[in-house]
Amino acid sequence: MEKNQYLDMFIEESKEHLLSMNKNLLEMEKNPSDPLLISEIFRSAHTLKGMAATMGYEDLANITHQMENVLDGIRNNSIVVSSDLLDVVFESVDVLEEIVMDISSGGEGKRDVVTIVKKLEKIEQGTTISETSATLEIASTDSMLDQQFDNFERTVLIQSKEQGFHAFQAHIHLREDCILKAARVYMVFDVLEQVGEVIKSSPTVDQLEEENFDLDFTITLLTKDSVEDVKAKIFKVSEIDHVSISEINVEEFQSSEELQETEQVEKSEIVENETISKELTDSSKATEGTRGSTSPSNKTIRVNIDRLDRLMNLFEELVIDRGRLEQISQDAKNEELSETVEHMSRISGDLQNIILTMRMVPVEQVFNRFPRMIRGLAKDLNKKISLNIVGAETELDRTVIDEIGDPLVHLLRNSMDHGIEHPSNRASKGKPEEGTITLKAYHSGNHVFIEVSDDGAGIDRNRVTERAVKNGIITVDKSSTMQDKEVYELLFSSGFSTAEKISDVSGRGVGLDVVKNKIESLGGNVFVDSVPGKGTTFSIQLPLTLSIISVMLVEIQSETYAIPLSSIIETAIIKDEDILVVHNQKVIDFRGKVVPLIDLTSFFDVPKSKENNGYQSIVIVRKGDKIAGLVVNSFIGQKEIVLKSLGNYLSSVFAISGATILGNGQVALILDCNSLIK
Amino acid sequence: MNTDIKVNDIKVIVFQLQNEEYGVSVEQVLSIERFQHITRVPRTAEFVKGVINLRGVVTPVIDLRSRFGIEEKEFSDSSRIIIVTVEEMNVGLIVDAANDVIDISSSAIEPPPEVVGGIKTDYIRGVAKLDKRLLIILNLNKVLSPDELSEMQNLEEVQ
Repeated sequence: MEKNQYLDMFIEESKEHLLSMNKNLLEMEKNPSDPLLISEIFRSAHTLKGMAATMGYEDLANITHQMENVLDGIRNNSIVVSSDLLDVVFESVDVLEEIVMDISSGGEGKRDVVTIVKKLEKIEQGTTISETSATLEIASTDSMLDQQFDNFERTVLIQSKEQGFHAFQAHIHLREDCILKAARVYMVFDVLEQVGEVIKSSPTVDQLEEENFDLDFTITLLTKDSVEDVKAKIFKVSEIDHVSISEINVEEFQSSEELQETEQVEKSEIVENETISKELTDSSKATEGTRGSTSPSNKTIRVNIDRLDRLMNLFEELVIDRGRLEQISQDAKNEELSETVEHMSRISGDLQNIILTMRMVPVEQVFNRFPRMIRGLAKDLNKKISLNIVGAETELDRTVIDEIGDPLVHLLRNSMDHGIEHPSNRASKGKPEEGTITLKAYHSGNHVFIEVSDDGAGIDRNRVTERAVKNGIITVDKSSTMQDKEVYELLFSSGFSTAEKISDVSGRGVGLDVVKNKIESLGGNVFVDSVPGKGTTFSIQLPLTLSIISVMLVEIQSETYAIPLSSIIETAIIKDEDILVVHNQKVIDFRGKVVPLIDLTSFFDVPKSKENNGYQSIVIVRKGDKIAGLVVNSFIGQKEIVLKSLGNYLSSVFAISGATILGNGQVALILDCNSLIK
Repeated sequence: MNTDIKVNDIKVIVFQLQNEEYGVSVEQVLSIERFQHITRVPRTAEFVKGVINLRGVVTPVIDLRSRFGIEEKEFSDSSRIIIVTVEEMNVGLIVDAANDVIDISSSAIEPPPEVVGGIKTDYIRGVAKLDKRLLIILNLNKVLSPDELSEMQNLEEVQ
């Protein structure tokens, strides 16, 4: 069997499903009665089971099968969600993860799963649930025009009614001469998704898509619009013969809820339905064989990152030549030539956007696994900790994403173990028992910052210096004269652990210096700040590794420098007399703010070649929320450039982040605004 | 380290600085370029003249005169930039002229003369005697040692 060719896909998808299961389980812990979450988890488990069985991983299939039973019990309200129950479910997800890891590292995917399966069985038997999962594989192919609703849908209907939505059933009849039926259906769905949410269709979306229906179909819609509006909107789609819309009487369900026996087969069909209709509106079709994948997925194809790198390198060459060509056409003043060059520039600009975004991945990918980890560790440590994630959508280059996971785990563990105090301690200090760790990602200039902050005890200066002296990192004399910041930096020196007791959580003090090394090897930086009693913040500064960036070219005397547009707030020209001096520092009053000025001519020792004419050109740049004004001689203009390193020999030049080649073949240096502003 | 120096004949590129002749092993030389526009890189060591665009690759350039403590002079038509590669670093060396490739038998190379009070010159690998000429064979790894670079940088920052 040619199993290998599917193995990669299987592993990737299993990981995705496990991730979404973890995420949803955590949500469910907070919010145990949400039927959507349970269905979501159920679906992941179900898909995983199907894939595992196909690939012949029996142990994996066994666990997921048993999990399905339990989840189904929860869904039918015959099993009550408790913390113990979730622990078992989490544990089984862990085992699943282990198995998938084993498979991805070339193993057989075999594990002793008897215990965990027993545990799950026990939970299941503690209840009077009807056996269901086996029948789930068979999706009903009956296309009933009269829609029936199961428990889950009824709940959705009732809940949405309470939130002021109307539930309509729209019966749509297509014209007989309609050629592309599936396309019309898609358009109807598209229209309806804009006014509300389609919760069910009959025949199923699968069948609709395959044109596996006659001329009419029925859709159940939740919306705030009126019947007439919906009708008018549906009629906007051509080739529709007639539409009849009726309101669903939700109260009826509530009274007759117990009476209605639901078929499990129907249910599974509907769960599938819902995802697929979502995906349909995302203008994509679920890939064959992977029904109901987790997130609203687009059609994707996995590409080796090496190929993307090569594409990127080739494109860089192109951008340099483009710059040349632009210059040549400007000089040649040939209209035809400049039109063509302009067109080419536009196309290559689009191309560039696509290539760049192709390599960017939201940090979410890394962050996703943390809530689960925090939950587990907090239990082990007997602490109450909640994780607050901000800016998970921030995008970073794929290569950086791959490397950043471990350092973050170290920092999070460190915060949990050393930062956050025990609940009793916290209570006595008047803090809430539950500690909070905030994981925050944001862009600034050419960098992405990731901060791990906790509201724990902060860094104890005395304990740090004591330990540092004891370990021979600093001398006693020095320890008393050091600034707080310098003391905190000691945490990153190797062979340092302030925890009195070595715990298996944050290790033996190898953590933080490893973190620092790793981040620095990525071209980044890590800082720590702390307020005793209030908490500690570790912030990691990472390069975007965007190799093509937009810059503003400026002239400093007769030298050309590039300032990344992402750092620039605006440019200004001010009179000499508007420059004030505060404590030997030149400043300007800019839009009500006092902005310090940096004269780049003297900062970079540029040989003077230009006379001052009484006006100063200033570029206002920022780092986070701090701003500064850079004094230059003139602005040349905006340009897309290829970021090049200065070579290994000049690996770290202060305030210069790299170089680029201009249209005239000369090299211009790129300013690093983040190091100019302290 | 380049072991070729010790066995049999080695090929060296000969260049001039002031009135002396130096040699670097041909294996470490990528190309010899005419003098071209150099973009100054601020806040680096004095001998780092800047960077050049070497067919699309940004390459740092150092002035060997200033690196060896010889007085600097204006670059002329005969000035050349020798692009060398050491430990995956490509660096250009500005020299007064480069015009010769010769074979030297390793037996002709003598260790650098050590004189009490002489300048510590660990970047000299040896001196080769050829008829009436004296050729100073350089140890490029030392010439381009990053430690030296950062030391210089620190010095400047202190100043």
